[in-house]
Formats: sequence, C-alpha cells, structure tokens
Amino acid sequence: MAERFDLIIVGGGPAGMTAAIYGARAKLKTLLIEKGRHGGQAASTEEVENWPGAGRTTGPALMKQFREHVEHLGVTTIREEVSEVDLSAPAKVIRTKKGAEFEGRAVILCPGAEPRTLGVKGEGRFRGKGVSYCATCDADFYTELDVVVVGNGDAAVEEALYLTKFAESVTMIVIHPMGTMDANRASQERVYANPKIRIVWQSVVEEIRGDGIVESVILKNLATGQLSELPTNGVFIFVGTVPKTEWLTETGLDLDRRGYIIADPETMATNLDGVFAAGDARRKWLRQIVTAASDGAIAACAAEKYLTEEEHLQQEVLEPKEPVLAVFWSPAVPASLDLLQRAERLVASLGGRVKLARIDCYKSARVAARFSVTEVPAVVLFEVGMPVDSRACTEGFDHLEEWVVSHIAAPTA
Amino acid sequence: MLEVNKETFEAEVLQTRGLVAVDWWSPKCDPCCELLPEVEKMATTYGDRIKFVKVNVLENRRLAIGQKVLGLPTFLFFKDGEKVAELSGAEVCTAEAVEAELKRLV
Repeated sequence: MAERFDLIIVGGGPAGMTAAIYGARAKLKTLLIEKGRHGGQAASTEEVENWPGAGRTTGPALMKQFREHVEHLGVTTIREEVSEVDLSAPAKVIRTKKGAEFEGRAVILCPGAEPRTLGVKGEGRFRGKGVSYCATCDADFYTELDVVVVGNGDAAVEEALYLTKFAESVTMIVIHPMGTMDANRASQERVYANPKIRIVWQSVVEEIRGDGIVESVILKNLATGQLSELPTNGVFIFVGTVPKTEWLTETGLDLDRRGYIIADPETMATNLDGVFAAGDARRKWLRQIVTAASDGAIAACAAEKYLTEEEHLQQEVLEPKEPVLAVFWSPAVPASLDLLQRAERLVASLGGRVKLARIDCYKSARVAARFSVTEVPAVVLFEVGMPVDSRACTEGFDHLEEWVVSHIAAPTA
Repeated sequence: MLEVNKETFEAEVLQTRGLVAVDWWSPKCDPCCELLPEVEKMATTYGDRIKFVKVNVLENRRLAIGQKVLGLPTFLFFKDGEKVAELSGAEVCTAEAVEAELKRLV
C-alpha cells in the first residue's frame, strides 16, 4: 500500500525546498523526493552574490541553510530517484527506482536542469580527464595550471573568477564580438579587471585534444574562419543548461520543444489538474535561485488552494447521494447574490430533496472552468457526482424553480 | 574504509592481488561527500570480495593526475594492479553506477 501525502515534491533544489517549506507551514503532509544531494545546481555554484540578505555567500553554504530550514519544519524527505509517475488521476502515483510507491493529492515537479554539453569532438572522451562542468568540484586539480572556460553567461563568468583562485591562467572563449558578453555587468567588470583572465573573442571550441588527459583545444575564429591550437590543462564548459524532463515525456504533461515544462506563470499550474512545476525546468525568462524559490512558494500556495477546492468540491458537489444544485457566484457580481438567495430559499422549500453548493468563482476560477462555466452567475445540477444540466444566468433565470423541480422529478437515466 | 595517499597507493592498490575500488574525493566536492556514505555502506556489503580505499585529492594532487584523475567524483576499479573500469563526473559517478560496476566485477 502506497503511503499517502497531501503534497509530493519531486526535486530538492531551491524550488523544491522552498515549496517544501511553504507546504509544511500550510500544514500539508508533505514529501520531498531528491535523488542525490540537496540544492540542485546551486549546490555546485561557488559564488553566489544575488541572494538577498546574504551578501556574498557560496551555493553549498546557502543550500545547507535551505536544507536545515526544511528539516526543521519536519518535512518528510527521502533520497531516491523517481522512475515512474502517473499524474492524470486525482490520486497521483510516484514510483521510485528502488520500488517504493507514494500517492499524492497534489504534485510539484522541480526536476531542475543540468549543464548543456558543447557536442564537440573529444568532449565526451575527456570528461573527468580535463573536461569539467563543475568548477567547485574540480578547480583544485588546476592549481598553477592553465585552463579554458567556454561560455560567457553569468555561470561562465562567475566560475571563471572562481577558477582564478587556483589556476595560473584562465582563458575565456567567447562566441560574441569583442566587448559583448551575456553575463551581468557587475561580473563582467570583475572579469575585465582580473589580470589572470584572458578573453578570446568571437571564437568557438572546435575540438578538445589530448593523450589520456586534455592537452589542447582547437579554436575557430568566427570572423576569419581561422583555426588555432591553444595548449591547456583543463576545459570548463558553461554554455547554458537543459531541463531534466526526459522522464516526463510520456505523462501527458505539456512540455515545450526544448523540453521545458509549460506552466501558468501566475500559479505554476501545468495542464494536468493538481500538478504544478517550479524552478529551472519550467519555461521561464530568468533562472536564478531567487526565481526558483519564488516558483516554489507560488506552486505550494497554488497546490494548497487546489487541495482545499478539491476537498470542498468532493464534499459539497460530487459525493452527496441527493441531487446538488451548484450555484457559481462571485462577491463581485451583485446579480449572483440574488440568484444565490433564491436558490437557498428554493432548496429549503424542497426539504432535503436537493442540496445546495456554493462555488465562489472569484476564488475558484479553476473549478468554474472545469465545469465549463465561463460567466457568473450560472447554475449546474449534479446527480451522483455528474453534471446533468446547466444554465448561464447572466440575463437572469426566471424559471430556476421549475428547472430544478423538473430535474428532480424526472427519473434519472 | 581505508584512506590511502601518495606513499601507500602503490602497495595498497597497485601491488594488491584481486579487486580494489578507489574513491577519489575531496572535502570541497559536494557530490563526493554525498556519495561517500553510500560507498561506506557498499564497502560493508562487498568488503569481503573487493577492497575499498579512498584518496583525498586535495592532499594527493600529483597522485591523482598521475592516475589521470582530473575530475571529481571519480571511481577507479583495479584488478591485480591493472585498471579495469572507471566512472567519472557527478552525473556518471552515482551510487547506482558504482554498485552496478561492483556487481559486474565480483
């Protein structure tokens, strides 16, 4: 029997850990599943200077604080890799590689992203032999040696600066013409001011060469087409990331062409009911620790709201054995208040033959959409959990009483 | 788990008959530190059939480079002093991958 949770979070990076914090504080029974170390990519980012309030810190230190915060709030955390998910039913099933099975009423997916590879000759063969994607892990090897950094975004620039603490020289290979980098201005200034960093502009790595370990890179100048060989001991590659969503391709979840999860930017809701996405694996404009945390907070609050709505819907609309008259109203629509009042009187007069359910569309737009209610007020009549008839009442509904009575008098098909 | 260094590597690994698994790690390498407790567990499970040792590369940089280890975490597997298998990099060198390799070798 699978253990049941209100909320299951897959992935323990900044997004997942923040979601866990919000989930626990909302008193949801929360499970956090992480396959390796907590902290995601942030845990292997040495320099972090843009987490508000922390000043200049390191990724591992910050992620340790996140983790302690999560543990302090009593979130159940397991260290396993998710191998299979069934997200379409209301009870979502998560299975792990080791064979454990969990059931969640809501799920937040935070699988994160991983470094993109260059795809050049020699890259795979020299991985761990001079080719690296993690400066924190490998910088020590290059004490007093010469290294190359490929890329020019925030990660490339920050890791290049970190590498100067160890290496004799750091050569950055930048694809753009002289003076142009994708990284933030502040970090760029620090690169230009650092005497250990040299920049090769408008060039790409064509090949990585060596004999057992890396010995050189072949560079191609994009302006002239000229090839040149640069001796080096190490090649650090920071050319963006790819989402870790391959395991989600057959689940019915909407992914974009590049594999990022498509979610509503306001609520983090995916196309699957009760499934939310947060962090770097989501299609979004800015991928930072702070935006991952933001995603996680929003996703957890949206998940909590979803759970409350579902519970209400189950109890008030879908579970009763009697027919249910559901009134879709909104405090912002005065006419809907009149309708609600009439419905209350009607239901009272029928003495228990019909139940009344109030659906506040101002708070629960999602529930309204689920039953195709686009305008307020509206009424939907349910029998044993199924909608049998509905009426839009924006122009008023004079025959509400007759309509309801005709339905409950008629034998159900 | 036995800690070896530049003085003892020759005797404990290269001159050892049978299988030896060498965990190259550094206290600064987070993936390595996360992996270490799992490896300690495997060392108890497989310890009778394969010898487990670890090398701190911070103190043995030359030894690491001599063995062509230039990235962490790395696992090297030796049989009668000859390297027979290798796992390198945080994505490749996972607890599952190490255990799969152990099962294959013993």
